[in-house]
Order: sequence, then C-alpha cells, then structure tokens
Amino acid sequence: MNNVALEVKDVVKSFMVDGAPIYAVDKVSFQVKNGEFVALVGPSGSGKTTMLSMLAALLSPTEGQILIGGQDLSKMNERQRVVLRRERIGFTFQSNNLIPFLSAQENVELMLRLNGKLKHGERIRAAELLSRLGLGDRLTNLPAQMSGGQQQRVAIARALIHNPTLVLADEPTASLDTERAFQVVQTFAALIHENNRAGIMVTHDLRMCQYVDRVIQMQDGKLVKVYEDKKDIMALAKGE
Amino acid sequence: MKNFFLSVYLAIKEIARNRGRFLLVSLVIALITLLVLFIAALGEGLGNSNKQYLANLDADMLVFLEKADFVIPSSRVDKGLARTLRRVDGVESAGIIAASGTAILLPNDEVLKVSILGVEPGTPGAPAVIEGEDLQSELAAEVLIDRNVALRTDIKVGDRITIRSTQGTEDEFYELKVVGMTDGNLYQFAPSIFVTFSNWDKMRTKSDTELGRQSTTVNVIAVKVADSANFDSVEANILARVNNVEVADIPTTIANVPGYSAQQSTVNTQAVFTLLIGILVIGGFFQIQVLQKVPQIGVMKAIGASNGVVGLASVIQIMVVTAFGVAIGGGLAYVFSLTFPPTVPIIFNGTNSLIAVIALLLIGPLGGMVSIIYAVRIEPLKALRLS
Repeated sequence: MNNVALEVKDVVKSFMVDGAPIYAVDKVSFQVKNGEFVALVGPSGSGKTTMLSMLAALLSPTEGQILIGGQDLSKMNERQRVVLRRERIGFTFQSNNLIPFLSAQENVELMLRLNGKLKHGERIRAAELLSRLGLGDRLTNLPAQMSGGQQQRVAIARALIHNPTLVLADEPTASLDTERAFQVVQTFAALIHENNRAGIMVTHDLRMCQYVDRVIQMQDGKLVKVYEDKKDIMALAKGE
Repeated sequence: MKNFFLSVYLAIKEIARNRGRFLLVSLVIALITLLVLFIAALGEGLGNSNKQYLANLDADMLVFLEKADFVIPSSRVDKGLARTLRRVDGVESAGIIAASGTAILLPNDEVLKVSILGVEPGTPGAPAVIEGEDLQSELAAEVLIDRNVALRTDIKVGDRITIRSTQGTEDEFYELKVVGMTDGNLYQFAPSIFVTFSNWDKMRTKSDTELGRQSTTVNVIAVKVADSANFDSVEANILARVNNVEVADIPTTIANVPGYSAQQSTVNTQAVFTLLIGILVIGGFFQIQVLQKVPQIGVMKAIGASNGVVGLASVIQIMVVTAFGVAIGGGLAYVFSLTFPPTVPIIFNGTNSLIAVIALLLIGPLGGMVSIIYAVRIEPLKALRLS
C-alpha cells in the first residue's frame, strides 16, 4: 500500500512583475507520508506561504505536479478543487479561523455538514474531539467568547474531524503567547500522529519545530535543506 | 439539495446570532413597506374618490358632446338623446347623467359637500339601491344617498335632508326625503346623492341668467350594450345615427377625469422612488455586511464551501430579512388602517397591495445583488491574505 499522502514534484510558481518572471517557488520536490508532521520554514519571502497555497489547491503551480492521495491537482478544474479541499484537506489559518456566528462545536461540525456526513455519531465525535483538546466546557461558546489559543484548538479539531488526507496549518501560533503556542503545536502533532494523517505546518517560529518529524527549509523559493534527524531538528528548534 | 440545506443553516444561524443587527434592517424595510403600502392605498383611495361612481356604473360606454375630450363637466347633450340611443342597434339601454355639486345642511350649521347626480331610475346612469327603495316619481322630492353620506353623518333612510343651492346670488333650500341608500358612489372626491333630472335641474347651482329657465341638457348619456363584444360596432352605429357626439368606454372616461391621471402618476412616482430608496438602503447594508465578512467567506471557501453555498446563503438571508420586514410593515399598515376615519382616502385594495408586497419582496434580492456577486467573487487566497 502506498503510504505517501502528498507528493510535490518539481513545482514552480512564477509571477510576472514588470514583464519579468519572479519565481516564488522554484523546482521544489518533497513527499509527506501518512502519520508524518512536517514543518515548512524559512524567512519572509522564501516562498513557504505560496507553497502552502498550492498544496491547499488555492493556487495552481506554473510547472510541476502536486499529488494529494494520488490525485493530481493540475488535472482538476475549480469545481474538483473545491471538492478536494472539502474532502481531503484540513486547514488552520493564522487568524480569522472560525465562523464567528457558529459555536465551537458548530464550527467543527461545519466540515461534516459540508461533506454531508453530519450524523448523531459524528456529532458526538466532534464533541469528544473538542473535549480532548480541553474545550469540553466550551462547546456552545462563540469564537468571540474564547481566547486565541482556544480558537486555534477549535480550528485544529475542524481540520481533523473529517479525516482528511492532508492537514495544513499556516502560522498556527502567530497570534498566541509562547506557552499557548507550544500547547497548540504539541496537541496538533499528537493528533496528526494518532490519526495517521499527513500534516504540514508553515511557521517562522523555529521553536515549534521540536514537535515535528521533519523540517523543510526554504529560501528564495528554493528548498535549501531538509532536517530529518531528530537531533538536528531539536538543535534547530533551540537555535543552535 | 445538500447545498440548499447547508445554505439555509448558515443563513439562519447568522441571523439568529446577530438578531439585533438584522432586526434593525428588517425594521427599516418595515418602514419602507409601511410607506409604500400607504402610498399605494392613498393612490387607490384618491383615485377611488374621483372615479368610484364611474367605475361602478352598470354601463359599457358614455356618449359625450363632440370635442368635449371625454371630460364629463365639459360635455352637454340633450337629455332626449337617451331615447334616441335606446333605438340604436346593439344598445340594450341608455340613461342620462347630469352632475353638479351641492351641500347638505347638517345640525350645528355644518354642511356636507356632495356631488348631486341627476339620473333616470332603472337606467344605466342610476345606481343600485342597497337599502330602502328607488326613486319613484320624476317630481317627488326624493333622494338616494350614498353609504358614504350616512357614514359621515347620522342621516338614514326615511330621514329628511335639506339641500342648499346657490341660485343666482341667493341661497335656496330644498327639502328631500331619503328613500334609499346606494353604495360605492364617490364622485369627484365627494359622496354622492341621486335625484331625478327635474329635481337636479331645480337644485343645481345656477347663474342669474339661468334663473327661471328649465334646462333640457345633461352632461352625458350612459349606454349599456346588448353584447359587450360588439362594443366597436355599437359605437359605429351611434356615431352614424347621432351627430356631434363622441363615445368612450369607462376606463377612457376615468382616465380623462380632470386631474385623475396626473394624480395617479404622481402617487405612482412616489411609490417607485420609495422602492428605489429601499433598494439602495438594503443594497448598502448587505454590501457593508459582505465587506465585513470577507475573511469569514474566505475561510468558508478555503475549507470547501462552493460559490453556490455562499451565494445561496446570502440570497436566503436577504429574503428572510426582507420577508420579515415586509410582514412587520404589512401588519403595521393594517393596524394603522383601522384607525383612519372614512373621510381619509386610504383604501387597501387587495391587488394593489399584493403588487406592492411583491415589489417590496423583490427589492431585497435586487438591492443585495451587488453584495451577492461580491461575495461569490471573493477569492479565499486574498481574503486570507495568503497571496
């Protein structure tokens, strides 16, 4: 059985600026397996957010292939991409993650509604997942009634509830204090491993890399280094 | 179907969780509804006050003096013309209509201004009697009153009323017995009373030169045709038989009532502008709302909500808010209408009110169309600032 959840092959994304091409992502290739949590790091402008947008089927590569669960994104039309995002991808964003007029549980259930899978058993599962994330007493709270960390945890639950192939997180700790940030990423990593999903987290905060299995470092649109050894990753996380 | 239920769910949840904001818009729509319904009712009421007698005539056409431009007060024809017309092929019956204004004296020196109409009982110009009996004799001092006269005064069938008429430079008073009551006969903004031609000629306002002379002219002749499908041929027969006359159907006659068309177009213009203001108000609100929701819509689309779900949720939301506002406005209009006295020309006509309500229900989606298109076009990448 193929264990590869995500395959990125020679992906290029260029934009025309003043008649000249600017390469935001330049010939990047990597794979992420099921149950693997990967960090995509790099300085501002390194191309990591553009890469994440392409993995999320929100942006098309100029060249190359992206396969999620074996499905080639370049061969899909917009309608198929919407379905792919709904069924195979889970998201958390930096901020404005949640739908403000839905409670914590309703936000999580929204993914199930979108996929037409909201049944009684699934509702219980959503509540259990939120309880697991320490939000058992916050199920009926609206996002405005929760802290930033709690909102991020609801977003994590929403990203996982429909058992996606790939879970993407864009700077999930950007609006959190250090203690909350560690808690959120640690929980995220645990759930990725536990549910055997492929996870990719874009972050500029290298300290968060201590919870991932691999670190992909980008610079000027290129993949410059991959940290696979746990010792190397911990050293990177500690800034050594 | 799944998308529809999801859209309904999202639309209703958002309204329920932001009740205050949406209620405010509904109340604005309710006020617009109230205004539009009252303008429509006022138009109907004013029009009705002007034309009700003509609209309810049991006649198919009116015969005017040629070049009177179908204006009743401008037309003068001999009352004997009615007899001539009865002998025209295709005419079932014909009757005179002679119109003038007068006043009924009321207790405490008050007067009620009325239209006094001279008619021949049992002919097309005469109204149906709903209470009491019809005018019996050409010379008897009898009168039929419209129900609107009874509503505005305490006069009832069997009472005697006094008519004040200006004859030359003097006021003359005539006493008449109310023998019957009719309904739906407002004419030229006044309730009507009906008398025979002889009484009408005696009581109509006269100048010095007309004093002591008996007139044989009336304003128009009302004609009922045997088969209304033959209207054109009967008209041709009349014009072939009688010189110096012109013929109009009832809608044409009403359209030529002095001031009627101008009044109706003024009122209709007001209603249309009120609807346009409604479209702008609703459009503005929902556009601002969508601008505030750009990140939220971006998240929705990023996690897999289709444009259909986002657009439909917006449409449903607009329709619910509009329908709620229209319902409140309609209810308020109904309650207020109960408080108006019969002298206020406000009539809630079913058809006109329905047209107004449908127009009001459409202003929501029309006003919100720009915001719906905007919502559908939001790109998640930009909304989430990923680009």
